[in-house]
Amino acid sequence: MKHILAVLVENKPGVLVRVAGLFARRGFNIESLAVGRTMDPGISRMTIEVDADEKTLEQINKQLNKLVNVIKISNLTQEPSVDRELVLIKVKAPASSRAEIQQIVETFRAKIIDVSLQSLIIEVTGNEEKLEAIQLLLSHYGILEIVRTGKIALLRGSKTIKNGEVK
Amino acid sequence: MKLTGAQIVIEALKRENVEIVFGYPGGSVLNLYDVLFDSEIKHYLSRHEQGAVHAADGYARVTGKPGVVFTTSGPGATNAVTGIANAYMDSVPLVVFTGQVATSLIGTDAFQEADMFGITLPITKHNYLVTNVKDLPRIIKEAFYLATTGRPGPVLIDLPKDIQQQQAEFKYPEEVFIPGYNPTFEGHPGQINRAAKAIARAKKPVIYAGGGVVISGAHELLLELAEITDIPVATTLMGIGGFPSDHPLALGMLGMHGTYWANMAMHEADLIVAIGARFDDRVTGNLKLFAQHAKIVHIDIDPAEIGKNVKADVPIVGDVKQVLTQLLKKVKPKEHQPWLERIAGWREEAPLKYNQEDNEQILPQYVIESIYRVTKGEALIATEVGQHQMWTAQYYRFKKPRSLITSGGLGTMGFGFPASIGLQIGAPEATVFCIAGDGSFQMNLQELATAVAYNIPVKVAIINNQYLGMVRQWQELFFNKRYSAVDIQKSPDFVKLAEAFGAVGLRAEKPAEVVPVIEKALATPGPVVIDFRVRSEENVYPMVPPNHAISEMVRGD
Ligand SMILES: Cc1ncc(C[n+]2csc(CCOP(=O)(O)OP(=O)(O)O)c2C)c(N)n1
Ligand SMILES: [Mg+2]
Repeated sequence: MKHILAVLVENKPGVLVRVAGLFARRGFNIESLAVGRTMDPGISRMTIEVDADEKTLEQINKQLNKLVNVIKISNLTQEPSVDRELVLIKVKAPASSRAEIQQIVETFRAKIIDVSLQSLIIEVTGNEEKLEAIQLLLSHYGILEIVRTGKIALLRGSKTIKNGEVK
Repeated sequence: MKLTGAQIVIEALKRENVEIVFGYPGGSVLNLYDVLFDSEIKHYLSRHEQGAVHAADGYARVTGKPGVVFTTSGPGATNAVTGIANAYMDSVPLVVFTGQVATSLIGTDAFQEADMFGITLPITKHNYLVTNVKDLPRIIKEAFYLATTGRPGPVLIDLPKDIQQQQAEFKYPEEVFIPGYNPTFEGHPGQINRAAKAIARAKKPVIYAGGGVVISGAHELLLELAEITDIPVATTLMGIGGFPSDHPLALGMLGMHGTYWANMAMHEADLIVAIGARFDDRVTGNLKLFAQHAKIVHIDIDPAEIGKNVKADVPIVGDVKQVLTQLLKKVKPKEHQPWLERIAGWREEAPLKYNQEDNEQILPQYVIESIYRVTKGEALIATEVGQHQMWTAQYYRFKKPRSLITSGGLGTMGFGFPASIGLQIGAPEATVFCIAGDGSFQMNLQELATAVAYNIPVKVAIINNQYLGMVRQWQELFFNKRYSAVDIQKSPDFVKLAEAFGAVGLRAEKPAEVVPVIEKALATPGPVVIDFRVRSEENVYPMVPPNHAISEMVRGD
């Protein structure tokens, strides 16, 4: 089963290697990974999507916790949460298919952010199903290149994942 | 007070009460060694960085204090890697300072540059690359704290040359602040109650005690728990000494080369109380067939060990000493007469045995039992890795914690001899033996020069079977006696070798010479190497063949 983990880490050099190395070394699979700073510049938040059974998930949790720079791990899949991912898709778009593509873009509330004679770059945000769906449709026109940010997620409602105090 | 980075290191070591450093100098630690030159810290110069780390490891294991190591960058630091990995696997507290090229050169493949931060990520509890001299006092404080608290382990500090030269205000922090590091010491009271209930209900309980008992200093509490509840105790290789092996409740070692009765008891138990142990594959044998009837209480300071290999019915995260203190308040006296009798039956059925009388050649087991007798079981023993290591675990009846120093997790040939040097430095009054294989000893024998230079009176007993014996045994049993690359008959004359180094060399070739030569070695001051010429194709029994249940031991008779 897939799980989305929010991992708060100290914003120190090498932390990403520690986390990524741990996954590689212990044979845990990362489906996606997104990292960025939090409101506290001393703390970064990693959103890690993993595909793991219960036992592996427990080990992932415990082994991550053993990393000295890891402050807190929350499993967002176990609580009401929203997740999003942003994708940029460069698609073949000669004049003949341009109108159709534009219609798809509108339906998905995506955006065209670059236009050239033969291609378009489309920006789309959403959950997994939505991204898969637009990708499938656009593949009929010929996708030239695709890039994804990896998932990010937040708990629903006013609940937050508290930062440990770091100065 | 402004100090250079190198001065900060030495000042910080004083604050941490470090009296002894093991190491080997080079270009990137010239500044550090220059400051060390004037300090009161005693430095032991090894002949190879691996030797320095193993010596620090042996020192740490016997004293319970962190071992400290200095090496230079590049090859000096990479030479230390095996030692660091070894300490990591056996949870030994070390603080290793490696020199590094100047910060401006890092990442340029500079002369003697190696990425020690990257290389040691998976084999340290934590590691640091110092990039600002101002961080140095905090980093050293944290390093000692991390190495010695919770589940201990090695911490590496990679120290660029320019950082050692730059100055900063020195103020050693009083406290550490590491938000992501909060080991749990006290056991959860609810789980302690559940454990006590499980113990009260059990009819066929076994305590399975590991290295955590020794590390946390819980041996007396373990004895108390076993005696009150009348539960027999099996120890792992790392747990040896955590429970006196001459005690009526002692089952000896369990696992691949454990005793038949310890393994049978584990196999049939209805309750296993695992204390500071981690269900290693050498202990459990085939996991699917392991202790199928047993409820499992698992006590360990490292939460990641609980449920890793075997599911725990009662998980207790905490320091073994604290948890046992809590548990002792909850358990009631019990008796397990029928169960203990059943175990005694297994003990009679398949005792540990060898037959020296009918053999013209020396048997390795006899050498070890003779060392035990002559030293009255009071010696501190370091071993190398192989058959001799298993025979030592079986035939030297250890009574006290920290009296057997051996490479358990990594199984590092070449560990024992340098470790015995550190052991003797940490326990100067003790009689120290290194029980070595002829193969393993050749992996770090250059440390004889260290032993001679500092007149460290370790006695090295080489169990010379002319083979990489443990590998040969596997080839005999599982590869149809096809002895591939295990013959080491062409080895040096160990007596002459010892003499060449300025040590004393002795030899025993007949059974009758064994005891006298041990006595002679003990009467000889300084380091002594004894070459025991033993029967070549002797095997370690009993044995759980790979992938078998621990109840399916091959006895070899
Ligand atoms: C550094 C290292 N290399 C290889 C091995 C694999 N190995 C395990 S035991 C052994 C043989 C050890 O021979 P020796 O020291 O003579 O001990 P014996 O088994 O003969 O008592 C070997 C090669 C190891 N454990 N460590
Ligand atoms: Mg040998």
